[in-house]
Amino acid sequence: MTDTAQPPSPVQQSGAQDDPPTVPLPPVPAVPADAPARALSGLETREVTAWFGQRKVLERVSFTMRAGEITALIGPSGCGKSTYLRILNRMHEMVRGAALAGEVLLDGEDVYAPGRRPAEVRRRIGMVFQRPNPFPAMSLYDNVVSGLKLSGIRASREERDHLVESSLRRAGLWDEVSNRLGTPGGALSGGQQQRLCIARSLAVSPEILLMDEPCSALDPTSTRRIEETIAELRHRVTIVIVTHNMQQAQRVSQSCAFFLATHDTPGRIVESGPTERLFTDPADPRTADYVNGRFG
Amino acid sequence: MNPAPAPAPAPTTETPEPPEQRRIKLGGTTREEVLTMLGAGAGSLALDWLLYERVLPLSGAFGFLLCWYLLFLGLYTLVGRLQWDALTVRERLATALAWSSGLLLLAVIAEQIGYVAVRGFDAARHWNFFTETMRTTAPLSPITSGGCLHAVVGSLEQLGLATLFSVPLGVVTAVFLVEAGTSRRSARFVKPVRVLVEAMTALPSIVAGLFVLGVVILTLGAEKSGLAAALALTVMMTPIVTRAAEVVVRLVPGTLKEASYALGAGQWRTVWHVVLPTARPGLTTAVVLGMARGVGETSPVLLTAGFTARMNLDPLHGNQASLPLYVWNYVKQPYPDMVARAFAGALTLMAVVLVLFVTARVLGRHRAPTDRRARRPLRRSRTTATAVPVPAAATAVPATNATNAATASAVANR
Repeated sequence: MTDTAQPPSPVQQSGAQDDPPTVPLPPVPAVPADAPARALSGLETREVTAWFGQRKVLERVSFTMRAGEITALIGPSGCGKSTYLRILNRMHEMVRGAALAGEVLLDGEDVYAPGRRPAEVRRRIGMVFQRPNPFPAMSLYDNVVSGLKLSGIRASREERDHLVESSLRRAGLWDEVSNRLGTPGGALSGGQQQRLCIARSLAVSPEILLMDEPCSALDPTSTRRIEETIAELRHRVTIVIVTHNMQQAQRVSQSCAFFLATHDTPGRIVESGPTERLFTDPADPRTADYVNGRFG
Repeated sequence: MNPAPAPAPAPTTETPEPPEQRRIKLGGTTREEVLTMLGAGAGSLALDWLLYERVLPLSGAFGFLLCWYLLFLGLYTLVGRLQWDALTVRERLATALAWSSGLLLLAVIAEQIGYVAVRGFDAARHWNFFTETMRTTAPLSPITSGGCLHAVVGSLEQLGLATLFSVPLGVVTAVFLVEAGTSRRSARFVKPVRVLVEAMTALPSIVAGLFVLGVVILTLGAEKSGLAAALALTVMMTPIVTRAAEVVVRLVPGTLKEASYALGAGQWRTVWHVVLPTARPGLTTAVVLGMARGVGETSPVLLTAGFTARMNLDPLHGNQASLPLYVWNYVKQPYPDMVARAFAGALTLMAVVLVLFVTARVLGRHRAPTDRRARRPLRRSRTTATAVPVPAAATAVPATNATNAATASAVANR
């Protein structure tokens, strides 16, 4: 039914030049265009060390996530890669007893600079979580635009309609849900819920999108669909993805960082570089062991 | 669709349908179990009668029933031991105990309601009881005059005001108890507040009445009125609403709050847009729980509302009756009709509580987006669809409009 109702592709292209001009939001074309909408941002950390209470979980991690690339963080469980990811958009400090040292630079500015509001940082650096977490008390439509309401951005009804469609299209969910935007978010399958969460993150136009094992709670088909979505998003947002799945890291990412912690040393990056090189010609024997499945 | 339809059904009818399988009996009680129980019951009754009426110098219905029950348990164990092993006997005995205590509780509730209904039936069966006040009713007036309308109105007004005061206070306190615990600086205040709320839950209700009497009426010089009664009820209801609301607010998954924060929301917006809507069904229950507690309170209103036989619609001035006060006032009088009116008033009170609980169940059952909120986007896309076609037809059909119209039509088809 939706296929017959769908306009043909030329109409979609004309949507790009037809954006409503009255926006406090950055313009959002209806369909991902080939050229990036703006200069993409990169992320860099310098000597980041993190503690939970007395326990040090990360030690002097310096790493650069280049703009327009998909960066994968790999490593065994408990090596601090999720903590590292949550440090990037200041979600780390939500945990009681969490402490931090070092700098996280978004376009050269420290996100932990005094006076910088965490909410503003988090709006610019979006996050998708391990388990899909759509808001159960909101419809699909309201879920997608919830970021506007939650960060206090005003938008007219048409802008919101437009934003819902473009975000769902980018997340590859539009065709499946366009005829039931009023149903609750929890009524979707796990994979659809996760794509809804991706659409929700994209709706506030983040510069960076962090993904914390976004496929670990999903079946292989949904995983493949999400991976396609990630690949399509590459040109419009810089993505950092934590994954346990090394094939996934190989499939989706351009660069890669291998984290490792032992029981008496905190997590640190053993090796990083282009994904291709890390998997075919690792410099460190521990990386070679890990990517070849000999431990972890 | 089959190229040869005629012979196709023939083979299917030839293969005989296998006979319906007999279902194995799963669980349930066997005849011997039932008979054992009945036998033990009858035997213990006979033994009990023998003991009570012939042997022991005891009398009284309560003792009789208690002894019957104990004898039944003993006899049931003995008879059971003759046919089953010890483990089975213990199992069945536990079942009997659980069933009998459940039935006992039901019986107590049924007895309470039944007793009130029987005593109040004389007054409640006359329609005037629900449409008149006691203004023109003298002590010896017939039962066909006078009623509790003024008390119902007073109860609802006082309860409404008390809900208006206690629900925002209770819900905000609950949010404080849950949310303030997340940062170390404010967590210090959580414990004293929680202790205070718990202590208030156990506050004797007469103290709430005395508090309002002492502070509002005697010190501040306000008169006895529905408002003063509502304040006293607020003191009673707030901790109950707080406790119940805290439980449901705490149940909102942390992952949802994280999602909200990750979208750039502050704590306040997260609470308002994510936590409270998600907890809405539970909050409804919390509110009604508080209301059900408040509507039946007698002693707080006893000291603060005054009493009147007239209708007083103004809760701000003058004495105002309420249902508990109505019952308390008339059940003391030495006239059978007045006592019947009091019992009918109690019956009305129970009906009000029942209505409140049913409302809570119905409101609490539906999750928010499945009903009311779900229709909003539909209307929205339909209005855009009707709003845009004029420019859409004039220009070269912009993508958004076309797809919106497509959405709307797809939605309308549902």
